[in-house]
Amino acid sequence: MLKKSGVLPGFGLTLGYTVTYLGLLVLLPLSALFIKTSGLDLDGFVSAVTSERALAAYKLTFTASLGAAAVNAFFGLIVAWVLVRYSFPGRSICDGLVDLPFALPTAVAGIALTTVYAQSGAVGQYLEPLGIKVAFSELGVMTALTFIGIPFVVRTVQPVLEELDNDVEEAAAVLGAGRWYTFRRVIFPAVLPALLTGFALAFARALGEYGSVVFISGNMPLKTEIVPLLIVTKLEQYDYAGATALATVMLTASFLVLFAVNLLQRWARRSVLS
Amino acid sequence: MNRRSYLFSSLSALVALAAVCVGCNKSEAAPQPGPAGSAAPAKEVTLLNVSYDPTRELYAEYNKLFAEHWKKKSGGTVTVKQSHGGSGKQARAVIDGLEADVVTLALAYDVDQLAAKGKLIPENWQTRLPSGSAPYTSTIVFVVRKGNPKGIKDWNDLIKPGVQVITPNPKTSGGARYVYLAGWGYALRQPGGDEAKAKDYVKNLYANVPVLDSGARGSTTTFAERNIGDVLLTWENEAALMLKELGKEKIEVVTPSLSILAEPPVSVVDKVVDKRGTRKAAEEYLSFLYTPEAQELAVKHHYRPRNEEVMKKHEAEFPKLTLFTIDEVFGGWTKAQKTHFDDGGVFDSIYTKK
Repeated sequence: MLKKSGVLPGFGLTLGYTVTYLGLLVLLPLSALFIKTSGLDLDGFVSAVTSERALAAYKLTFTASLGAAAVNAFFGLIVAWVLVRYSFPGRSICDGLVDLPFALPTAVAGIALTTVYAQSGAVGQYLEPLGIKVAFSELGVMTALTFIGIPFVVRTVQPVLEELDNDVEEAAAVLGAGRWYTFRRVIFPAVLPALLTGFALAFARALGEYGSVVFISGNMPLKTEIVPLLIVTKLEQYDYAGATALATVMLTASFLVLFAVNLLQRWARRSVLS
Repeated sequence: MNRRSYLFSSLSALVALAAVCVGCNKSEAAPQPGPAGSAAPAKEVTLLNVSYDPTRELYAEYNKLFAEHWKKKSGGTVTVKQSHGGSGKQARAVIDGLEADVVTLALAYDVDQLAAKGKLIPENWQTRLPSGSAPYTSTIVFVVRKGNPKGIKDWNDLIKPGVQVITPNPKTSGGARYVYLAGWGYALRQPGGDEAKAKDYVKNLYANVPVLDSGARGSTTTFAERNIGDVLLTWENEAALMLKELGKEKIEVVTPSLSILAEPPVSVVDKVVDKRGTRKAAEEYLSFLYTPEAQELAVKHHYRPRNEEVMKKHEAEFPKLTLFTIDEVFGGWTKAQKTHFDDGGVFDSIYTKK
């Protein structure tokens, strides 16, 4: 197994650091989480994670995160495509804009989005008469989650598109493929694994988001409460065990989703190669 | 590379990192005997005051005042560092090991937890300083739009249909818990008022709340910047700041007939001051809060002073109203928290039970 480690030395050393690094920064805090949860007996755990409010919060958190990730996958692909394929004035500015959601403190993003989408805001005042309520509704939660997830899809798809040779498309065209057919059978399969990665990252990021959402959601019990908010309310009661119980559920669910996406991605990559 | 040397080098990487970690611990532990050992008159003292959000400006000024006082009294210099955040979050940080010499928080409940969960202070901490260890007080008042278009005068106007009330979420905000309890106390004290009526009252009150922000500042923004709601329920000092910032042409402050006496408590953190040898300075820091000089400073930042003479001098700034305490009506914070705000408490039931 370990015979072929390449010409460069240092495999063992770097692997050692990798394991230690991940252990200290990821596994250690996570195991502390599980240990804190174990302070709860099974009944306590079940009642903490299946309360009416918790169930409503899971539903909102997962649907809004999935929705946001899907929107980002679609538009992120378009943005990446435009940035790679066309040169136009202001392209590098657009390119820089994509990363802004990374740099902005999420609370700032939340407040800014609320300002724009509230009933008196720049956009909200026109949407309100149409019966579309963005701020302080489920839609607002999804908007905030979409905002923070923008860079993930663009930044994962972009390098793949850059690698993709024009020749391949030209060859497809020469062989008689239409534009749509070329996209569907030549370009899309090549981008799909990266697109899935971007989707998964945006989704995972959205699940844990707190800072921006609490400003735009309105935090109404059973309606617009996200799971991270419930965790904070539990901590306010010094209910560490209950808070970690919810966190454990979220963590397990996200791990399963990420794992599934990983499998999907592997399958997609294999079907491209074969 | 063969298997053995691979194992060896990854192990040595582990050992190296572990050594670094141990090293960190040691270097952290090393200086500690210093200040603790020299508990005798320290020339230079640093204190950490862990406080909640709206006290930032108050303590920034107070720290300067106290440094002068300490210099006169002991000849030494004292530097006070401040940390601000949500009251509950700050208390948890102290329980989890943030070395606060003193805490100055929003609710006695949060300080109680330092005793109950952290064993950092004795259970009877509240009896150690005058007035239940709360050197200044505040209350909950109403902020309405210019001209008070909905005619809001008192608590019963808040539950009228069509009135939108802005207040933060009691589950996440200490100030919001005071708001809720103030409303409850009002309903209880009406003629024929009882628990059931009080519950009805808060249910109707929160039915008029369109947005539950996570903290007091969030609610202020919702009301002032987004123009949502007819009335904002907030701290008296926060209302005074809003009036200064937004001006009389935009908002008005309405003082209800009755409200709750908010008593933000202070305490020395015994475990920390004994370890760091800072008890003397920390205790002086808190008891100096009760002197007329410091009380004047509290008034400047719109807190109600405990000192009667200072209060008399500034009577005009603080409208008269009936104030009741948490202890009188709810039997203390820990009990109020358990009945009303913990999971499955009364606050939850007004949302879940139809």
